[in-house]
Amino acid sequence: MSSALAAVPVVVQSRPAAGGCSDAPVLKERGQREVFCGLTGIIWLHRKIQDAFFLIVGSRTCAHLMQSAAGVMIFAEPRFGTAIIDERDLAGMSDANDELDRVVAQLLARRPDIKLLFLVGSCPSEVIKLDLSRASERLARQHAPKVRVLNYSGSGIETTFTQGEDACLASLIPALPASAAAAPKSLLVVGALADVVEDQFRRLFRAIGIPDVQFLPPRRSTELPTVGPNTRYLLAQPFLSDTARALEERGATRLDAPFPLGVEGTTAWLEAAAAEWAIPAPKFQAAIAPAATRASAALDRIRSQLAGKRIFFFPDSQLEIPLARFLSRELDVELVEVGTPFLHRSHLAQELARLPAGTSLSEGQHVERQLDRCRAAKPDIVVCGLGLANPLEAEGMTTKWAIELVFTPIQGYEQAADLAELFARPLVRRTKLAA
Amino acid sequence: MQLTLWTYEGPPHVGAMRIATAMKDVHYVLHAPQGDTYADLLFTMIERRTRRPPVTYTTFQARDLGGDTAQLFQDAARDAFERFQPKAMLVGASCTAELIQDDPGGLSEALNLPIPVVALELPSYQKKENWGAAETFYQLVRALAGPHVPPPGQKREREAGRKARCNLLGPTALGFRHRDDVTEISGLLARMGVEINVIAPLDATAADLARLGDADFNIVLYPETAQQAAGWLLRNFGQPMVKTVPIGTGATCEFIREVATLAGIDPTATLDDANRRATWYAKSVDSTYLTGKRVFVFGDATHAVAAARIASRELGFTVVGIGTYSREFAREVREAAKLYGVEALITEDYLEVEARIAELNVELLLGTQMERHIAKRLGVPCAVISAPVHVQDYPARYSPQMGFEGANVLFDTWVHPLMMGLEEHLLGMFREDFEFHPEAAPSHLGGAVSERRVDAAAQMPTMPVEALAAAAASAAPELAVAEADAPWNGQPVWSAEGEKELGKIPFFVRGKARRNTEAYARDHGVRVITVEALYDAKAHFSR
Repeated sequence: MSSALAAVPVVVQSRPAAGGCSDAPVLKERGQREVFCGLTGIIWLHRKIQDAFFLIVGSRTCAHLMQSAAGVMIFAEPRFGTAIIDERDLAGMSDANDELDRVVAQLLARRPDIKLLFLVGSCPSEVIKLDLSRASERLARQHAPKVRVLNYSGSGIETTFTQGEDACLASLIPALPASAAAAPKSLLVVGALADVVEDQFRRLFRAIGIPDVQFLPPRRSTELPTVGPNTRYLLAQPFLSDTARALEERGATRLDAPFPLGVEGTTAWLEAAAAEWAIPAPKFQAAIAPAATRASAALDRIRSQLAGKRIFFFPDSQLEIPLARFLSRELDVELVEVGTPFLHRSHLAQELARLPAGTSLSEGQHVERQLDRCRAAKPDIVVCGLGLANPLEAEGMTTKWAIELVFTPIQGYEQAADLAELFARPLVRRTKLAA
Repeated sequence: MQLTLWTYEGPPHVGAMRIATAMKDVHYVLHAPQGDTYADLLFTMIERRTRRPPVTYTTFQARDLGGDTAQLFQDAARDAFERFQPKAMLVGASCTAELIQDDPGGLSEALNLPIPVVALELPSYQKKENWGAAETFYQLVRALAGPHVPPPGQKREREAGRKARCNLLGPTALGFRHRDDVTEISGLLARMGVEINVIAPLDATAADLARLGDADFNIVLYPETAQQAAGWLLRNFGQPMVKTVPIGTGATCEFIREVATLAGIDPTATLDDANRRATWYAKSVDSTYLTGKRVFVFGDATHAVAAARIASRELGFTVVGIGTYSREFAREVREAAKLYGVEALITEDYLEVEARIAELNVELLLGTQMERHIAKRLGVPCAVISAPVHVQDYPARYSPQMGFEGANVLFDTWVHPLMMGLEEHLLGMFREDFEFHPEAAPSHLGGAVSERRVDAAAQMPTMPVEALAAAAASAAPELAVAEADAPWNGQPVWSAEGEKELGKIPFFVRGKARRNTEAYARDHGVRVITVEALYDAKAHFSR
């Protein structure tokens, strides 16, 4: 190990005073939204929970969306599918339910390894009011105890992109076993993380002195975490409002923290748990120092590529505000506009407080008007969805496609530089290609 | 209700988008919920178009359903007209909007826009993408060319001395090699001395569609999208159509003769094309090993029928199966199947296709991107001949499927994945060679070799946890070196945990991570690669 690095002191950011963008005005817009619906969350969730299957009850459009958004990334047979509603199903509701039972039986016969089945509602199933909660109860009875059946909606009329994960996790909460009444305080980390990130956090918490850590979603449906009044939970993702509410109904308490992006975010996130467990500061410092120091040093090397660059965020994953905070505070990036599909003020309170005062925030989308603002502002880099990226590149702008931020391990110390690199690479590339 | 894992075709409104996006000044206002905008990425990412599709989505949400989604539609249509100033507009509903029955046609009529507005009725719960494209093109042609239909009974006549003129119909956005096919066939027609009146819908304007009637005849390049419109043009303008699709040398010759007959010209010069290499390559001796290779063909009807014909008559393969996902053209595929003495497979279920391929013991698979996945699983060589498409189906180079150059491209693309003759012999003769194992893929396919290298690398020495305890207890390299009794050979050893952590890195960068970490360990005197060392190395190399 390089002992030289350990000598660099780690400064833990104390909680900022209310300020920054805590009370900043937000431009709220309505119009065409260039974002995915909540079904897209299935693309990472079906890999995360290895014995679960996600059955969308929807239209050919839903199936085509999943295939187009995921097609290039799937190497094996997916653990998701679509029960495509057709004309006959639209004729009468009882038919649709019988049909669904038949499709589920067919699916489970094909995939005997599946232990957890999610029936996922879509725009068409919501509009025709196909009651998937009743259907899941019925199917759960039919297929118990081999398969547990839950349901949630990933429809575009109700959910935006990452909100699909929120709806999925929220549907899991009532299924979590209750922790014993006298159980000691226990930590639950909520939000899908890459397995490697989860393992890093597990090790860090152990070093800090919090050995009992559970994660939601689990890697297998048979390893559901327990929950109860002894549960303290940390949100690992900023888009989990329904899940948080459901957890609080089970008695769990949220530890207020920024999100674990960048060195500052990760330290403050871990510190929120350390404070709850009353870990002495020196012990906490010692536990995080190697990784935090290493991450800071790695960021130092990237900063010159990003410092002073002006960034514009189109709304996409709800990660925009924490990302903007990381870029502005750790890499000296200037924020032109930070758009987000939905702004959850209380979960993001610590993030907003850390944004530079006067940052232009927008919520929702009117894509044409936002494009007008973006073109007028001429940012150095634009973070946007796949539908906009190439056209903007063709107009001469540098873009970072937002979906990569959801499909890449970016949380925690060891990934801080990777995250910075995701923004630096398009800029570096542009200078290389121009040369 | 139908259980679907992958689907060959999108919904019909995606077909309509392929028409609107192909054209230059047509805008499509789609009544649709949030999320349906995913379809934009088909064009901007898969086809790498430099402009967004000309589509406005109304983006209604659950809270709008109780309120006025109709007003939302009208506002979106009016705004789209003002912002984009199209010369014609398509209006319609996606699957969800179809259920709420807002009647985009009626609503847009009430706006009194000063341009032609075509209302599309695309039943999402019955029909699919290609049908949607054909219907949209037909409706647009009717709306824009309709006002110029001559009175019944009027004979078509060509002024003496004027060159014959044709329309090229069918190429769309997101088509399989449409861009290059159009270039190839345009060149062929120019060499023949036939003028092109309009190419549509690709790169056509609304005004172009209005003058479709000026041509003497129509060429239907893609029946899936253009047959319906060409039928209407035949009935209303009396324009005959060329139905042969010029894929393959034989079909290209037939196509040339058919065009020559309609244009009243001599085809001889065009038929003697110096560029006809595929025919000679198939005759050359090194192609002997292609004889009788068992081929399965699946795709849209046009490409599947053409591919089977080339495979059988131009390359000497044996067609052991043929199928299509286009139910609208099932009859054509059944007819073709009879030529090869096989039963056509008409299905949208890729699992059924996979089962059939596995059962037929196929040596070459000619299919879509879905069959490419099937081929990977079954270890069968494969070439893609038809949509559904993937980013790889939009090569930077010129790569048509049609005409004589198209035949050359097909020869290369189909023969390339097959094991070359001598290589096959060597495999048979030297089975004991440790690199010739039953799972070995042909060396020119690459993949298998690198995987073996990774496996070999995975057998690097590792130490049991107990033995590591002392060494790993101190992270400082000086200490580890000092404590060690035996002289160090400079080669680091992976700890079990380090190795396990490495395993979590995606396979396609794992090899690089391993090499970097080992280099780092050597340079820094780290004997045992622990998880910490792994991340120290990662941080060291990151940037």
